[in-house]
Amino acid sequence: MIKVEQLKKLFGPKRAVDGVSFAVEQGEVLGFLGPNGAGKSTTMRMITGFIPPTEGRVTVGGHDMWEQPIAAKRLIGYLPENAPAYTDMTVQGFLNFAAEIRGLRGDARKTAVNRAVEMCFLESVLHQSVETLSKGYRHRTCFAQSIIHDPPVLVLDEPTDGLDPNQKHEVRTLIRTMGKKKAIIFSTHILEEVDAACSRAIIIDRGRIVANGTPAELRAQSELAGAVTLKVSGVAGNELTARLYQVNGTKKVTVLEEKDGRVLARAFPKTPESNGAYARAIGEAVQGWRIEELHLEEGRLDEVFRNITLSDTQK
Amino acid sequence: MSSAFANVKTIAKRELAGYFSSPVAYVFIVIFLLLSGFFTFMVGGFFERGEASLVSFFMWHPWFYLFLVPAVGMRLWAEERRVGTLELLLTMPVTAWQAIVGKFVASWLFLGLALGLTFPLVITVNYLGSPDNGVILAGYLGSLLMAGSYLAISCLTSALTRNQVVSFIIAVVLCLFLILAGFPPVTNLLARWSVTLVELVASFSFITHFEGFQKGVLDSRDVIFFLSVIGFSLFTTGVILRGHRAG
Repeated sequence: MIKVEQLKKLFGPKRAVDGVSFAVEQGEVLGFLGPNGAGKSTTMRMITGFIPPTEGRVTVGGHDMWEQPIAAKRLIGYLPENAPAYTDMTVQGFLNFAAEIRGLRGDARKTAVNRAVEMCFLESVLHQSVETLSKGYRHRTCFAQSIIHDPPVLVLDEPTDGLDPNQKHEVRTLIRTMGKKKAIIFSTHILEEVDAACSRAIIIDRGRIVANGTPAELRAQSELAGAVTLKVSGVAGNELTARLYQVNGTKKVTVLEEKDGRVLARAFPKTPESNGAYARAIGEAVQGWRIEELHLEEGRLDEVFRNITLSDTQK
Repeated sequence: MSSAFANVKTIAKRELAGYFSSPVAYVFIVIFLLLSGFFTFMVGGFFERGEASLVSFFMWHPWFYLFLVPAVGMRLWAEERRVGTLELLLTMPVTAWQAIVGKFVASWLFLGLALGLTFPLVITVNYLGSPDNGVILAGYLGSLLMAGSYLAISCLTSALTRNQVVSFIIAVVLCLFLILAGFPPVTNLLARWSVTLVELVASFSFITHFEGFQKGVLDSRDVIFFLSVIGFSLFTTGVILRGHRAG
């Protein structure tokens, strides 16, 4: 549905976006991650046709954004950063306007507005002026605007920004549900959202894509991925460490904590694997001692995120 | 084409609703009517003239509009940019010119409404004497066209900045220039050097082109002047907006 090819954007000498390419198909939810100023919003603005790219191409549903902008924009629902809305209107007036400009009139408009209001829980503020809304409600009003015409493509710039934990949960659930039928791109810097809602994630840093994969694949890039953490009692730290080094494939062992006769240690394999063979080998090696805890680490997204984006900025 | 018209209408409707949901519209209308009344009767000498006409009403319009129209137009784009709704509007399936025309038409209709509310003056003058209503109609038409020109210039300056005050001031200065170009003290001064220069400069003035309408003369050149000011300003607005987006 969305195809981005070699997208570049220069603001003066600054390369805000530097050769970004990816595609999002129907039924996919793409999480767009990156530190502040990485070029997430700029990329989204180019995808939705708000700003022209310096180089590269965006096609939405087969329509080129700069050659057939109207046809392309019809397919998109867009929630810009900071969720702007006309402050001098009521929520209902604003949604009516959004529906009308999308070509919905009469009963179709009424149905569309009601559906969006229901999905975004806006009944209680329907006749309130946008200006007087709290940030969460204003955000949801703008979100409602983006889904009012039930678009096949959704571009959401930080859809959970400024929401309370319950609202965040609702929005993520909504994104996941809608993601089954639509192509969705959403940006965030909250990593737990990637697990909660995305089928795939892209990490962008200084205008370039630095990682692209499913949340599980990204986690696997973590140093932690495949390591085995275990807690054993009745043994000294160095004794346990020595035993763990004897296990075939161990690269490194660290003792995380040693207290009250209990040792918390972590063993890193030379080649991470997810089938659990290494964990079983560890389990066998420490038999005879009391194992209180033993688990295989999946890797952590925040660690991957930090490694990728930090190493790049230090260069 | 019909969808283009529908888009312009939807945008204009929204803009117009925006005026009336804030105090801007009411304050503007009240001030405009009060000023019209005061200048027509007190300063313009409506009664002392001893003639059944609205000359003392229309003669002030270039000066009222100088401050009132930029006040209406200053928010048009500056506000959209400040609040960020510009991004929303221009990512909807509308072209930039539909948005520009829609917003302009809404404000122009609003100014037309304010102007229309001066109808008691027409009734009064008809009650007191027998004026040439054709001349009055021409005056209203000219005034509306002139208001549109001021508005289009305010629209342009509004697109330049996200600060409404800056937009207002630039619009006033530009409009003042276009008034003064035909203002007798200025033209007299220029006449000392060259008559052709006077004609050239004065041909850009609102006052020169509004004069005909006041006398009841509908000159196509005057109509074309105002329409081309509107067209040029709106076109430039489009160019400015595109420039902002291109960054």
